[in-house]
Amino acid sequence: MAEVSRFDVAKAVFVKDLRVEIRSRVLVNQILPFSALVMVLFAFALDATNVLTRVAPGLIWLAVLFSMIVIVQRGFAVESADGALEALQSAGVDALGVYWGKWAALVVQLVVLEVLLVATAVLLYGVDLRAEGVVLLVTTSISATCGLAAVGTIYGGLAAGVSGRETLLPLLVLPVASPVLIGATRAVEAALGTGGTAISEGWPWLGLLSVFAVAFGVGGSFAFGPLIED
Amino acid sequence: MHPSPDATTDPVIDLEGLVVVLGGFPALAGADLRVERGEILLLAGPNGAGKTTLLRACAGMTRPVRGSGRVLGFDLLRERESIRAGVGLVGHRNGLYADLTVQENLRFWGAASGATSSEIEAAASAMAVDGRLATVPVGRLSAGQRRRTALAVLVVRRAALWLLDEPHTGLDAQGRDELDALLRRAAVSGATVVFASHEADRADQLATRSVRVVAGRVEAVDG
Repeated sequence: MAEVSRFDVAKAVFVKDLRVEIRSRVLVNQILPFSALVMVLFAFALDATNVLTRVAPGLIWLAVLFSMIVIVQRGFAVESADGALEALQSAGVDALGVYWGKWAALVVQLVVLEVLLVATAVLLYGVDLRAEGVVLLVTTSISATCGLAAVGTIYGGLAAGVSGRETLLPLLVLPVASPVLIGATRAVEAALGTGGTAISEGWPWLGLLSVFAVAFGVGGSFAFGPLIED
Repeated sequence: MHPSPDATTDPVIDLEGLVVVLGGFPALAGADLRVERGEILLLAGPNGAGKTTLLRACAGMTRPVRGSGRVLGFDLLRERESIRAGVGLVGHRNGLYADLTVQENLRFWGAASGATSSEIEAAASAMAVDGRLATVPVGRLSAGQRRRTALAVLVVRRAALWLLDEPHTGLDAQGRDELDALLRRAAVSGATVVFASHEADRADQLATRSVRVVAGRVEAVDG
């Protein structure tokens, strides 16, 4: 039997989470249609092209946030349904490896979601993707996704063993993730030029998102083990 | 390699006056227990007597407030991570992923614990969850097959001490007999098995020794 590194554990959890998703097809069959439906409902509610185009970045990130809560709930429901998370604890599996594995699997799922939501915004809201804004758009999405995934994984683990976790998780995640919502919306507005803002105005927001992602990534690394232990 | 006590002399479990308080209530009130390598020990006793707490304490999952103990040669208070690495705890739930097949569950645990493909196959074979059964999602298995898969995980992890909480629950007569045979084989292979059951008569057939847990204390059983 070989020694197991933290990276091995993270990779095993990452592969397992994506395999569970591929088997259950919850992302493809439920969450992606749900988020697309949210975008369509926004279109009905704000039935004016100029308004939709202007608020599209905020709507995209709101849809990402709501959908992420469903993904996280599902990801940790799988862990607690038959006591798998406790089995990992009782086997002394490295909690930090578990954290980073679940974080990475959540990042992949959020990226798929964001691609769909941006495509929906282009098709439904008439948003123009400017070539000069692509770099800002992509880096913003990466930073915001990393931060959101860190928050989702920390609080998903915290809520996993608690009764009423379905309602507790949004209450924990939404306030903490609000800086990402604000920062990502402003940065994407600049990238798409929807608010009449220049691209240069988006970079400071990207800085905020990066600090957020690093802070919660590091914080989660320290907190995840004790949180799931208690 | 996972930790193991000295094969010739050290007891696998050696507890003295262990006190565990849960929610202000002493779930263990000075438990003493000594288990030797290769034993199949039955923890008998009524519901609420402290059997589950005793198993969880031995697994390093519940911190005692008083007393001392060594499990697999490691100190119960200061070396819990080392204990966890060598102990396999299966409670009322099996700790498996219902959407994944038996083989995928075992591969996951193999990857997380450093087992090779051949060790994973051997574990599936030892617990009779190989062949066609290996490709079936765990959610579609019977209770007995799920329990055997959970035990195969312990083999994959090469757990030296198996702590099983009511392992016969939900199994029919055939499933119980199969499980007993597998546990006997595991003990012959070098694992030490401690299991809790409130059905003492039935479980006594499997155990090589029995103790009773009463009000958070361990009492020897005569005969």
